[in-house]
Amino acid sequence: MITRQEGRVRSSEFAIDVRGLNKYFGDKHVVDDLSLQVRPGEIFGFLGPNGSGKTTSIRLMCGLLTPDSGGGTCLGYDIITESDAIKRNVGYMTQRFSFWEDLSIRENLDFIARVYQMPDRKTAVENSLTNLGLKERANQLAGTLSGGWKQRLALAACMLHRPALLLLDEPTAGVDPAARRDFWEELHRLAAQGVSVLVSTHYMDEAERCHKLAYISHGALLAQGAAQEIVAAQGLFTWAIKGEIADENLARLSAMLAGKPGVLQTAAFGNALHVTGRDPVMLEKTLRETIADLPYEMVRTETGLEEVFIHLMRTSAEARKVKR
Amino acid sequence: MSRRPFFFSVARFWGIVRKEFLQLKRDRVTLAVTIGIPVMLLILFGYAINMDPKNLKTMMIDADRSEFSRSFIMAMHNTGYFKFVGELNNEEEGEEALARGDTQFVVNIPSDFSRQLVRGERPAVLIIADATDPAAASNAIGAVTRLAESVGWKDFGGPLTTLHGSALPFEVLVHRRYNPEGITQYNIVPGLMGVILMMTMVMITGLAMVRERERGTMENLLATPVRPLEVMTGKIVPYIFIGMIQASIILLAAILLFSVPFVGGIVELYVILLVYIAAALTVGITISSLSMNQLQSVQLTFFFFLPNVLLSGFMFPFYGMPYWAQVIAHGLPMTYFNRLVRGIMLKGNSWPDLWTDLWPLMAFTVILMGVALKFYRRTLD
Repeated sequence: MITRQEGRVRSSEFAIDVRGLNKYFGDKHVVDDLSLQVRPGEIFGFLGPNGSGKTTSIRLMCGLLTPDSGGGTCLGYDIITESDAIKRNVGYMTQRFSFWEDLSIRENLDFIARVYQMPDRKTAVENSLTNLGLKERANQLAGTLSGGWKQRLALAACMLHRPALLLLDEPTAGVDPAARRDFWEELHRLAAQGVSVLVSTHYMDEAERCHKLAYISHGALLAQGAAQEIVAAQGLFTWAIKGEIADENLARLSAMLAGKPGVLQTAAFGNALHVTGRDPVMLEKTLRETIADLPYEMVRTETGLEEVFIHLMRTSAEARKVKR
Repeated sequence: MSRRPFFFSVARFWGIVRKEFLQLKRDRVTLAVTIGIPVMLLILFGYAINMDPKNLKTMMIDADRSEFSRSFIMAMHNTGYFKFVGELNNEEEGEEALARGDTQFVVNIPSDFSRQLVRGERPAVLIIADATDPAAASNAIGAVTRLAESVGWKDFGGPLTTLHGSALPFEVLVHRRYNPEGITQYNIVPGLMGVILMMTMVMITGLAMVRERERGTMENLLATPVRPLEVMTGKIVPYIFIGMIQASIILLAAILLFSVPFVGGIVELYVILLVYIAAALTVGITISSLSMNQLQSVQLTFFFFLPNVLLSGFMFPFYGMPYWAQVIAHGLPMTYFNRLVRGIMLKGNSWPDLWTDLWPLMAFTVILMGVALKFYRRTLD
């Protein structure tokens, strides 16, 4: 059972509360007026395509980067002036494995325990090794571990000092499904104990496991809320076209539908094609006409997060093109 | 951005020290290089840099062709410094041979040498020396000057005993373009200690910070509560040990292999070594904070290293340098170390004498640590 030291974390309505964050790298606007709030005990998913500013946003929140404008608090501490306090109470897992490859697992954990000045360091390290199933590999050098084990080590290390907030930057990239499931179970266990989690990911199944989501593209927040809320807010309708469809026919069908009235986008799911649009009547009409002579059937399905995100990504890209 | 930038936690500092020791232990190549380099360099330089070279190429212009001139040349040969490789007809040919580098010395014995000698007119033997490398020529020249004395009385005795007077029977005139300060091997070996320590210490710590940055572990380190001063001092400490081991190896070799006298105190020497090593490591850490990658760090290291070697008095006489160069050299740690280590080993200096050169070394370290802290990036900006 994890117990937190009293008085370490300031009581505050939000674990993360940042408003109007801006960050430029040269003339590149990497984070664009970002505001988001994460409640204590919440698992907050951070989504967006590569290079959308997720990592930069996370670094801004834990004081590793200084915003050009805007500000806010993390665990009640100011992200600009109190980054020392934030560092003591936040567990940050970098996107790239950033532990010392020439130290063993135990040595890495021991180092982290020392720099966080943990009382009863040895027990903490041993417990952490046991909890994460790293015990028998404790003396192996971190550099010789496979991706999944490295990720376990990184997670163990960033949770070692029992932070009240975890900032996890694509923690499951390159990790096998079983390990990912274990990882998410662990996250939910922690959340139940009151730990807040901000986690960035590319996986839709992971997004659906989050209490709340934020979708960011080109540094700007495009949607925020629970998964169902985000889906509902976009007002999209989706049909699945099924049947004995070979891959080349799927592609041909997709090309046929592109640009037709009511069709916003198509996406292949196995041997079905999901067609999404905003106007349900027009979409259905177009689809019926298109497959009238073909041996396919069409079924109304739920619009998934994936369709919504692809849609968000496209519309934001088009909007940016228009702006230029 | 902290309100207490100089707050220091011993526990965190010790965490860094342990980590660095472990990493150093695993980095066998670096470890071997740090221990191996001093031995290799010392043996290489200690034996190779010969400030007392012998068998130097010499040509003669013997216009006299007498018993006396042949005897003088034989005596020169016997000193071991000169190796006669040819005979020339006149001084012009001699200048040409020198310019081409065919010879290092031209001995010119004038045609009326023996006649003047017999008459007691104290004739002159002219030796023209190629003194582009002043150190190479100085001992040979010294030898020939002494020669005039001994050869004179031995060979020109007998019928010429009347010449036995207060003055030499003949005069040796030496023309050289420089008047170098004599550098002996005793001077080189203690100086080498400064050079070797400077090079290895600055280079290793120069990479220390930049390596964290390149491997991506800096982000992790920055995300933890460790403070700049803890990181820097923590990274320096393991190398102080390495430096002390290096220095001890060099010291042993200096005494055992090169028989360098050690007249001063061992405690004094080690205190000075400690200060000097700390100064060199601080330079390294500063370089590491300033550079973005390992290449830049190595470049900066050499940029710092070369003036130290060339201006500190290790390679060239300190007081032979123009004033402005001496001013620059007074900003370099090796200058002080050279004086201190030679002062202890060769002159047996004690604290009051040493203090003049010790405090600038300490001040250098403290000021540079301040600079390094100022440039330590606490964010990834």
